[in-house]
Amino acid sequence: MSASRITSLGLLGLSFVALVAALWLGPTPLADPFAADEATRTIVWEIRFPRALTAWIVGAALGVSGAALQGLLRNPLADSGVLGLSGFAALGAVLAFAFGFAVLAPAMALLFALIASIAVTALGWRARGPASLALIGVGLSSLAGGLIALALNLAPNPGALADLVNWTLGSVEARSMQDAMLAGGFLAVGAALIFVAARGLQALTLGEEAAAAIGANLPRTRFLVVLGAAACTGGATAVAGIIGFVGIAAPHLVRALAGHDPARLLLPSALAGGALLVCADIAVRLLPTDTELKLGVAAALIGGPVFALIAARLAARGGDA
Amino acid sequence: MTLSLSNVSVKLGGSRVVDGVSLDVGAGEIVALLGPNGAGKTSLMRAALGVLACDGQITLGGADPRKLNARQRALRAAYLPQRPQSIWPVSVESLVALGRFAYGAAPDRLSPPDQAAVDAALEMCALTVLRARGMDQISGGEKARAHLARALAQQAPVLVLDEPTAGLDPAQALSVGDVLRAHAANGGAVLFSTHDIALAASISDRVVLLRAGKVLAEGPPLEALSPDALAAAFGRRGRLERVGNAIAAVFE
Repeated sequence: MSASRITSLGLLGLSFVALVAALWLGPTPLADPFAADEATRTIVWEIRFPRALTAWIVGAALGVSGAALQGLLRNPLADSGVLGLSGFAALGAVLAFAFGFAVLAPAMALLFALIASIAVTALGWRARGPASLALIGVGLSSLAGGLIALALNLAPNPGALADLVNWTLGSVEARSMQDAMLAGGFLAVGAALIFVAARGLQALTLGEEAAAAIGANLPRTRFLVVLGAAACTGGATAVAGIIGFVGIAAPHLVRALAGHDPARLLLPSALAGGALLVCADIAVRLLPTDTELKLGVAAALIGGPVFALIAARLAARGGDA
Repeated sequence: MTLSLSNVSVKLGGSRVVDGVSLDVGAGEIVALLGPNGAGKTSLMRAALGVLACDGQITLGGADPRKLNARQRALRAAYLPQRPQSIWPVSVESLVALGRFAYGAAPDRLSPPDQAAVDAALEMCALTVLRARGMDQISGGEKARAHLARALAQQAPVLVLDEPTAGLDPAQALSVGDVLRAHAANGGAVLFSTHDIALAASISDRVVLLRAGKVLAEGPPLEALSPDALAAAFGRRGRLERVGNAIAAVFE
């Protein structure tokens, strides 16, 4: 059995354990999460399970799109958050909510993630070195952040500051099964597109010119990944707001176990992203803070240093990925 | 003719970088492209592969490569770019196995013929013992051989190589020359560019000397690379000398 498959099986087990633990652990101590009384059933199946499942789906979506974007752009610093896809998806959702079309939020998140995805791929396709691509993403993310603030300022309904915090520091608090299904549907479509592009990502290991020379259809690969990453990110962000760094941390952690082949990283990165975010969400709920810490903050606390570490290591190698 | 160019011109950014070049490479033949930097060698090779827009007639394995898709091109010609990359440090064997892409193979999913082609390419480039190493764990010469092995694993009738010996020590460069000769002896056609005039003269059946996009001289190395032709191409007089079985290039 290949290293990638063993890693995937391990991460599948870990995801399962994390999901069960998420039913168990929380601010209200439960002796037996599978007890039949009404209170326990409500807490476990109507609050904790949808929340944990949403966290897993969002993490998996960000993990698989991160791995795909890294393969496409040949850059270990790429992910939906860094490249601005998440920011733009949040902008789309905010516009829908703020101006009274809440039902369109997922579609708007998808559309705006797609715009960012096309922009960053067009601008970053020939970026020299990983840092310049990350800078393009910084620009797009800042633009998205500014436009979100602007939209909330101009929105007819009040409470803009709270909304701003909720969207930019993502969370899966109080999410329902509908939320989980919505993000799950987007994940299914996005991941399917990305998996179809897997061989093209493999070919890009040789760089653009040689990948075309061995027979890879690069326009098709680009199209599939741009659309797939936008779908995954759009769904995840519409449900949970901006959650950064999962898409960088998951593939990075998985490479040590499953190797560097971009095609063989996709599934383990999805599973790792899911498990990672469920664990982070458990931590958020258990931390004895007055107001619950936002999941996006926890993800940044874990992922931020990983990002800095990879960037520093690349810089030490002369910026050559 | 396996690869045939007739009156090919390439315009890049308004200037003619290849200007009416014709050349043929037949099965079992090695043709070297020589000329100073900026002579149009890379553009000519990319035009020959059908990936760079150009005027003129090109036939690659009986078809115009400009009308083929990437996979059809890959089955007719293997191309090694000037600075081959391995973005991710995959194993040597995985990198070489990417040469089987056009056959529908993936590095971890090789049919017996795919595996045989990969094994043969590794063997030919003396990489069999290094096959499990990561691309970040081998020397520059070994990397160059790994990329060459990737091109060989493609088993295309035509091999187009852009400076395959750049940056290699003399022994490594000669071993690349040996691989090209073995490939031609098996009936392959080889078109490669180089600044190593002695190597080109030693292993090639014919050389094409380019300058400013035009052919200055063409033919068997000792005839084509006359002192006048070398002076016209490089601005310095030079000559080729036989030394035993090898050929040396001396510039004044």
